[in-house]
Amino acid sequence: MKAWLLLAIIVGSTVTADLLQSHEMKRHGEIQDFRPRGIGRLLGVLAQKRNLIFAVICMAISFFAFMALVQVADLSFAVPASAGSLVIETILARVVLKERVDSRRWIGAALVAGGVWLLAL
Amino acid sequence: MNPRLRWKTRAFAAIVILSNAFGNLSLTWGLRNGTEELTASPISFLHAIFSPWVTLGICLLITWMISRMFLLSWADLSYVLPVTAFGYVLNALLGRLFLGEHVTPERWAGTLLIVGGIILVGLGNPHTGEST
Repeated sequence: MKAWLLLAIIVGSTVTADLLQSHEMKRHGEIQDFRPRGIGRLLGVLAQKRNLIFAVICMAISFFAFMALVQVADLSFAVPASAGSLVIETILARVVLKERVDSRRWIGAALVAGGVWLLAL
Repeated sequence: MNPRLRWKTRAFAAIVILSNAFGNLSLTWGLRNGTEELTASPISFLHAIFSPWVTLGICLLITWMISRMFLLSWADLSYVLPVTAFGYVLNALLGRLFLGEHVTPERWAGTLLIVGGIILVGLGNPHTGEST
């Protein structure tokens, strides 16, 4: 019961974090400067974005829930089971982020989700 | 897809996958060896965080978070999710190798499905633009 509650917290916070991150990083645009100074400057800019701050808080919640989960469940269960968010996120990427999810991606996501389900058995 | 973007996407996908898998392994190893069981108390979490393996795991997971953010600046979320899912396969393998976890035939079948999904999505374009 404790494991499933932790799993629900992980999935909910992961979905929220990923949607916020993807939205904000697309608004920022493609990163092209990978020199240390450029990355440092970029991280300074990104640290001021409200959506990214909230995304990191959600990831922290997910992280602490994951820390608690791996103490009561196998790593080879915890990781794939928490990936149940993949299908929800693909649907929300289409609906909320307005991404063009073609048939190749739907089939790919379904295969991955099926694989993740088998890993969790 | 232009070759520069293809190379950059593959390099960042590899960093995302490796930092996540080894971060999770280090974290689990640290939590199972040398720390007390976590309770709801923040002190319990702080005590766990400062053990060496957990600290290494956290550093790797910070690398994972930043590299994934970078990848999302040019690649769609619906592309990044399946492509970086190879991390789940690597997690199962590392769990088997280092943590002595049992990998059943179902888990190997799951691994094959994930790899198939990754290949299918990975052959496409990482950014397709907004739908109408």
